[in-house]
Amino acid sequence: MKPKYFSIPYVGWMAMFVVAPIIIVFVYAFTTPGGEFTLRNFSDMGIFMPVFFRSFRLAFIATLLCIALGYPVAYILAREASRVQLVLFMLIMLPLWMNFLLRTYAWMSILENTGLLNQFLSFLGLPTVRIINTQTAVVIGMVYNFLPFMILPIYSVIVKIDKNLLEAAHDLGANSFLVFRKLIVPLSLPGILSGVTMVFVPAVSAFVITQLLGGGMVFLLGDLIEMQFLGTAHNPQVGSAISILMMLIVIAFVILMNKFGSGEEKAVGL
Amino acid sequence: MSKKPGFFGRFYMGFILFFLYAPIFVLIVFSFNSTRSRTVWTGFSLQWYQRLFSDGTILDAFYTTLIIAALAAVISTVAGTIAAVGFYNMRSRWRIPLTQINNIPMMNADIVTGVSLSLLFVSLGSVLQFRLGFGTLLLAHITFCIPYVVLAIMPKLRQIDRNLVDAACDLGCTWMKAFWKVIIPEIRPGIINGLIIAFTLSIDDFVISYFTAGGNIMTLPMQIFAMTRRRISPEINALSTILFMSVLILLIIINVRDVKQEEKLKKRAAALNQ
Repeated sequence: MKPKYFSIPYVGWMAMFVVAPIIIVFVYAFTTPGGEFTLRNFSDMGIFMPVFFRSFRLAFIATLLCIALGYPVAYILAREASRVQLVLFMLIMLPLWMNFLLRTYAWMSILENTGLLNQFLSFLGLPTVRIINTQTAVVIGMVYNFLPFMILPIYSVIVKIDKNLLEAAHDLGANSFLVFRKLIVPLSLPGILSGVTMVFVPAVSAFVITQLLGGGMVFLLGDLIEMQFLGTAHNPQVGSAISILMMLIVIAFVILMNKFGSGEEKAVGL
Repeated sequence: MSKKPGFFGRFYMGFILFFLYAPIFVLIVFSFNSTRSRTVWTGFSLQWYQRLFSDGTILDAFYTTLIIAALAAVISTVAGTIAAVGFYNMRSRWRIPLTQINNIPMMNADIVTGVSLSLLFVSLGSVLQFRLGFGTLLLAHITFCIPYVVLAIMPKLRQIDRNLVDAACDLGCTWMKAFWKVIIPEIRPGIINGLIIAFTLSIDDFVISYFTAGGNIMTLPMQIFAMTRRRISPEINALSTILFMSVLILLIIINVRDVKQEEKLKKRAAALNQ
């Protein structure tokens, strides 16, 4: 048996469980419940425009916050001694080993109106805040859950930057800020981009975070899809049409990343 | 990278770690609370742990999760290893599009993967007379695990010196023998890595399971989701404390072992240099 034929069973598997499901999604998206061709599933989507805008806005804010918070972490981490780096790296990744439902649930106790944050604020004599069941709570939940996915790819790119390059820039008279701006940031761009993909895509399709921290008040694309398949609205045709839009977002990110010349490993940050 | 981080850098790192661990700390503390409240501390008690271990639905969900994760990890590791070796030996004209299809489940939003698989299972089920359940859940988990296994193994395959395989064949190995005696040992770290990734992904998955499990079977994450929606019970806190502590202890053991091995290697190297 020739080695190249080894992949034939898996090619069959992919045809069945990767390609066929997507084809079925397309079939659903372009048909009526009776099975006739239609474009209505897409043209009717206008009523969901507010949901689209809200999802994009919140996912965008969460992604920006993850870059703002995560980039310095990755940068500081890369400058630590290697033993310290390993320990800190593990500490940053460790929360990911706890199920994200549980971590999100924990935020409920912190953000509730009578929760720990407000208890702390009134202890200090400060006015309390209303966060739970608002968009702020959902964004906090997204940033909390997805921050490690931003730190990881940026860190893995920064740590690989050739030190000689930085030394050469210093020797040629560049100060630290100039080195950071002209060398480190451009060289870490592929890491930022894969981080953006790993944060934006799950954020824009989130539906658990919105239900736990948004309390049903913050309705996003993920909730919309879930509602069409398992929820009250039951309309898999419309749900499929929305899923196709989600796939288009992903494809746009993949094209963008390929443009910046990062390989298939970097694309998922491994 | 020439300079070590200063005070401000360390302080910032501390702040981020506080942000990451504060919720987990809160969960753990309130697992020992004596009342149902998750925000007011009323006293120490172990009752939520006792209740957890007598809660049949949670334990059932836990077993289901472990069985699915173990099966999915082993099956997807075997399948992924074979697939990766196949991909590696293909011409790039075929390999590149196939690895791109392989990447689809990793790149797609989980909810889209879950929804598309559920549509497939429902359509197949209406033809072949089966319902969503353990089987479809397992198929879904294998499907989203294999790509990560392939991704973990591919770099190891690229590192193999092709001459090694050729040499084995020249010395009379059949290709299958070379596969077992040369390729598998060389890519073993990748295979183990893939197995661990698959197992943890499977244990942790909620979204894809939610759409492919049907109504009669529940994994632990699904059970947790159901519990957060109904009445809130600190049993969840007890459960998360146990899970978190197990992972923590496991990681510490692995790392202590690694450090010890490293020191042993250093000592041996030093002894050889003398």
